[in-house]
Amino acid sequence: MRVVLAEDLFLLRDGLVRMLEAFDFEIAAAVESGPELTKALAELRPDVAVVDVRLPPSHTDEGLQCALAARRARPGLPVLVLSQHVEQLYARELLADGTGGVGYLLKDRVFDAAQFVDAVRRVAAGGTAMDPQVIQQLLSRRSSDQPLGALTPREREVLELMAQGRSNAAIASQLVVTERAIAKHTSNIFGKLGLPVSDDDNRRVLAVLAYLDQGR
Amino acid sequence: MDAMTRLKDAVIAGARGLYLAIVSLVGSIVLFVFSVVSIAFLLLGVGFLTTPVVLTGVRKYADAHRARADEWSGVRIASPYRPFPAGMRRGLTGQVERCSLMLKDTATWRDLQWLLVNMTAGFVVAILAPALLLYMLYGWVLALGVWEPIHNAGGGEWYAWIHVTSQSTANQAAALGVGFFLLGVLVNTSLVRSHFLLARAFLAPTSAMRERQLAERVDRLTETRHDAVDNSAAELRRIERDLHDGAQARLVAMGMDLGTVEALIETDPARAKQLLAKARHDSGEALTELRDLVRGIHPPVLAERGLGDAVKALALRMPVPAEVDVELPGRVEAPVESAAYFAVSESLTNAIKHAGADRIWVDVHHADGMLRIAVTDNGKGGAVLGAGSGLSGIERRLGTFDGVLAVSSPAGGPTMVTMEIPCALF
Repeated sequence: MRVVLAEDLFLLRDGLVRMLEAFDFEIAAAVESGPELTKALAELRPDVAVVDVRLPPSHTDEGLQCALAARRARPGLPVLVLSQHVEQLYARELLADGTGGVGYLLKDRVFDAAQFVDAVRRVAAGGTAMDPQVIQQLLSRRSSDQPLGALTPREREVLELMAQGRSNAAIASQLVVTERAIAKHTSNIFGKLGLPVSDDDNRRVLAVLAYLDQGR
Repeated sequence: MDAMTRLKDAVIAGARGLYLAIVSLVGSIVLFVFSVVSIAFLLLGVGFLTTPVVLTGVRKYADAHRARADEWSGVRIASPYRPFPAGMRRGLTGQVERCSLMLKDTATWRDLQWLLVNMTAGFVVAILAPALLLYMLYGWVLALGVWEPIHNAGGGEWYAWIHVTSQSTANQAAALGVGFFLLGVLVNTSLVRSHFLLARAFLAPTSAMRERQLAERVDRLTETRHDAVDNSAAELRRIERDLHDGAQARLVAMGMDLGTVEALIETDPARAKQLLAKARHDSGEALTELRDLVRGIHPPVLAERGLGDAVKALALRMPVPAEVDVELPGRVEAPVESAAYFAVSESLTNAIKHAGADRIWVDVHHADGMLRIAVTDNGKGGAVLGAGSGLSGIERRLGTFDGVLAVSSPAGGPTMVTMEIPCALF
């Protein structure tokens, strides 16, 4: 799987390259600025891009802007955005086109190599990987609202993991229950939220986020 | 400038002259009489109640004239009034206090002088503009035959300096009327301007007043600078303490754990593994603390996107729905941006914590060199400025940039916090 990597800090870039290579990714390019990233994404057509939000020369949200522009040019281009902090605003912008294949994680998540690589693979496969912090913010702000309030604590837990982009199998193993139990929870959640049931992980997240977006 | 626009300007100036003449005459006479009577009644005591009201009326009248001068003739007249000190008492004592403050202000007496000038010279200059244009009509009316019945009835009719006694003199009057009209076209805009220049001689602050204003401004700046220095010193202490007690301590603990791991790795791998996991956990915690610290100093979204999106991001984090309306065609200077952001953040927190609001509206826009922000909530109201509330903190923060804060919060709500900071967009 070919990866284009954009990160301005040498140590982190180097670390990411080594980690991804250790997990059998092919690094097509590892760049350090916005213009280089745009060029690499257009020319090398990677399977997935791992991008830092803040990049030179502007040192603002250049990485995010480049990634969004690249996705406009090539819809569905898988992009995993890393950031020193997570903002719902940015998560919404990434999810806005609804095509999936996006991820938005805190930089610290690379500490857990296995989970991080899992997130990269999920994004490359067209799924989503949202940082738990984003999801928690989203869920906490609507916690008092119906019909989210109708969910049982367990269902909320499942919804949270589901919104991060996990599959039923992954959720089942994390919560130490059977996959069938999770399937039952999910259909209950969809029922309570009034969402059409779907087997597609990616559409599940978008549906959840779309629901959370409503009523604003 | 072609003839048509000249004519149009002259006609507009004529209409404005007519308006100014009427307003100058009526307004000035009425206000002057009221003022004199009211001030005379000071001896009876009643004047203390009426004078501030009348003088406020005079100020409003003069301010309207100032505004019109800028709008119609581009004559800028600064306002010379001394501001009232903060914390004026209410009721009778406040009224007497206000009365004496107004009477001690030189600008008040200059206003009264201006009223006299305005009802005489000001009126004459203003009425000339429409008169020059309209007088022509009378000349023509005479020339078209109206002179004859007037003359036959024995009326010695004069048109300016021409004694109209025959068709030829009437024709001369019509010709002179045309002359007046042409003169009007040439000088009308200057006449209106002269009227305002005359007003400026009395309504603008004198150099002594300007000096006093400057001195007052220096005092205010000294005070706000003091606040700013105090604030930033306190902020630095907080950052130093947070770093020292938080992230720094965690890194030390991590270093110690790693040292122990080094010693244990061969003899007790299980324990070493445990410590490594703990070290990784600590590094995550340290990062979270640093992140929060950075957010407290200069929020990343603010640095990346500017005030508008930063406020939107802030609203998204609120536990209650907050509607944000932003109209900012550019970026604000970084220090102002940051002050405004924290002011909004504080207002939002107040709305949720103290007012118990379940809906908030934030409006951010920039107009006439002013950044204006309004935070409105549907909470229980009753917020007051001062008395060590968070609101006075915001006020001080904005004061550094000459910004002001206004709070409207009747008991029972809603609360509306309005902020205004003079600044340019770029």
